[in-house]
Amino acid sequence: MPTGSSRLRVKQEQAITQVEFVDRNILDEANIQQIGDEISALIDGSTMPKLLINFANVDHLSSAALGTLITINNKMKGRKGQLRLANIDPQIYEVFKITKLDKLFSIHQSTEAALASFT
Amino acid sequence: MQPTPSSSPDAAVLLIPNQREEIERAESLLLAAMERQAYPDAARFAVRLALEESLVNAFRHGHKGLPGDTPARVEFAVTPSTVELAVEDQGPGFTPGDVPDPTLDENLERPTGRGLLLMRAYMARVEYVGRGNRVEMTYKRPAARGQEQV
Repeated sequence: MPTGSSRLRVKQEQAITQVEFVDRNILDEANIQQIGDEISALIDGSTMPKLLINFANVDHLSSAALGTLITINNKMKGRKGQLRLANIDPQIYEVFKITKLDKLFSIHQSTEAALASFT
Repeated sequence: MQPTPSSSPDAAVLLIPNQREEIERAESLLLAAMERQAYPDAARFAVRLALEESLVNAFRHGHKGLPGDTPARVEFAVTPSTVELAVEDQGPGFTPGDVPDPTLDENLERPTGRGLLLMRAYMARVEYVGRGNRVEMTYKRPAARGQEQV
């Protein structure tokens, strides 16, 4: 990856799947749906998956994108997996704080810190 | 999307269909007006988010069951101290009080219901008027907010 029309860049290292977004703005509902489907495909069929979502390229996201992240988080919990978020821009982190989703997600300042947090 | 003949450079009335490129064009017009008034990046982030969320609500909820090309009406006026923004859909309207608080622990894992919360967090005023199909919002330049608090 990335494949031709994928919204994600995916890297597999050890047992950890690392995902980056192709788009700087995660606003378009069709793209958000696709992102959700692509990440779901990565974790479906896995037991105890480890997933790191890297927000380094992201400038904007909407509540619909938050909803997709929550759905992914719920799926990960159902599979006893571990989900980490990293490199979130301060303006976007504020969105997580306003919605109190900073309490729901395991958020790390850097990829290294997120990787080190997996057990 | 067609600006009305009376639109001034920092104010516009637009009819927006549910098409990504039209939504982005409306955002570009609004953000350009804010840039002309030297609003900082954080202000443009906030107002763009409010416009996105209100348009998503208009199309996803307000226009549910209506023809797909039904446009929403977007109005904005940018002055040095405020950004006035209104989004009006053609649906039956909605009652903001019906939206459960998404920040409660029992609702944190629900994937929906955060758009209105974000609009209220970033805008100084968010008000549903008419039958609840029109939301009017005001963003105040941070300096103007500070002066109000003094």
